Amino acid sequence: MDQSIQNDLNAPHSMGTTIIGVTYNGGVVLGADSRTSTGVYVANRASDKITQLTDNVYLCRSGSAADSQIVSDYVRHFLHQHTIQLGHPATVKVAANLIRLFSYNNKNMLQTGLIIGGWDKYEGGKIYGVPLGGTILEQPFAIGGSGSTYLYGFFDQEWKEGMTKEEAEQLVVKAVSLAIARDGASGGVVRTVIINSEGVTRNYYPGDALPLWHEELEPQNSLLDILSSSSSGPDMMIS
Amino acid sequence: MSSIGTGYDLSVTTFSPDGRVFQIEYAAKAVDNSGTVIGIKCKDGVVMGVEKLIASKMMLPGSNRRIHSVHRHSGMAVAGLAADGRQIVARTKSEATNYESVYGEQIPVKELAERIASYVHLCTLYWWLRPFGCGIILGGYDRDGPQLYMVEPSGVSYRYFGAAIGKGRQAAKTEIEKLKLSELTCRQGVIEVAKIIYGIHDEAKDKEFELEMSWVCDESNRLHQKVPDELLEEAKAAAKAALEEMDAD
Repeated sequence: MDQSIQNDLNAPHSMGTTIIGVTYNGGVVLGADSRTSTGVYVANRASDKITQLTDNVYLCRSGSAADSQIVSDYVRHFLHQHTIQLGHPATVKVAANLIRLFSYNNKNMLQTGLIIGGWDKYEGGKIYGVPLGGTILEQPFAIGGSGSTYLYGFFDQEWKEGMTKEEAEQLVVKAVSLAIARDGASGGVVRTVIINSEGVTRNYYPGDALPLWHEELEPQNSLLDILSSSSSGPDMMIS
Repeated sequence: MSSIGTGYDLSVTTFSPDGRVFQIEYAAKAVDNSGTVIGIKCKDGVVMGVEKLIASKMMLPGSNRRIHSVHRHSGMAVAGLAADGRQIVARTKSEATNYESVYGEQIPVKELAERIASYVHLCTLYWWLRPFGCGIILGGYDRDGPQLYMVEPSGVSYRYFGAAIGKGRQAAKTEIEKLKLSELTCRQGVIEVAKIIYGIHDEAKDKEFELEMSWVCDESNRLHQKVPDELLEEAKAAAKAALEEMDAD
């Protein structure tokens, strides 16, 4: 038993993840969970998987944490150069294309599933999915990461064209929390980023702000509360 | 205006005492000796026309193209040394396709103009290269609308409403200035360009010429292409009629 824990601690950091990108009438909403795991150990329970590429384009990262970070760093650099040369903000399409060139040309070495979302004045809000092999696909919404397998049916049912900003964000938060409930590799908090013509808004939904599904326990703010609150401890201890 | 720079004009890497680089100015003279090339930006697109002086009666009409499409949305008309022009066109096409492979969208016309201008300027920096003996008129239609740029052998590039290079450029510019470009559609622009070129062609000094025209506008779906044959014929007929009117006076 010890040996397996040792192996896991040295395993590469993987973001078993749930990431989502959704267009709405006027922009996009990106959402993600916050769990970074090395095997069964949660290396970071509050990570930020939504990274900025430019003022108006953000990226949701899944797969290998290192790989997705390096790809986003490179692309941020090239996009910055491109913006200076062009004289005005880069379009979402250009950002997505640069991401997929990296993903495709280094496919043997990388393991990243990425969702690019942003707003530009020519096309409005756009979402591009760049999954493992380096395909690029423009979609009205995209889901990725290990938790997304539990969301395909949900989106088939709930997705609507032309939602409002509030509807879109609620959809994203609900979806991520559903995935967190079922996927062991997703968890923590839900982060969202809303991008539109007016700018960028980051939101944070801690565990106790999320709906519960099917007999889960209420989240506690601190272990101390559980310990100090009278005799019998919680029934969840199954050792 | 022009002077010989004895002693300071042997290399493109030599300045004269009054701050001029004579080799570049001589390159510009090569452009001035060529047939006139005109470009105008109308409200819905860009029209370009070339006065192709026919060197020999045995040449096939329609050969020796002077206007080239460098990408779906833009085209380039070259004046001056033809072989130099070929090189620049090849480079421009390459820049445009390379941009699209990397960035996933069509190269903005402004970016393309800047890249060619850099390339032309490059050849004025080294003693072992000579400047290009070409002037270029680049017309394109991108997300920011129709645009017209002109690149000179010095590597300078500006954006224009109307531009002319070559033998008859002074007369051409005067005629272009008379036009109300912001109200002209490309259809009308084509007729005007034909009239201008026919008007400035000097029958006495120059041999016969052939008119070549292209456009990129809403009507052509924002694609750069040769002006359609019937419109070209209509333009030529209108130009000849206008000439006769002038002669009749």
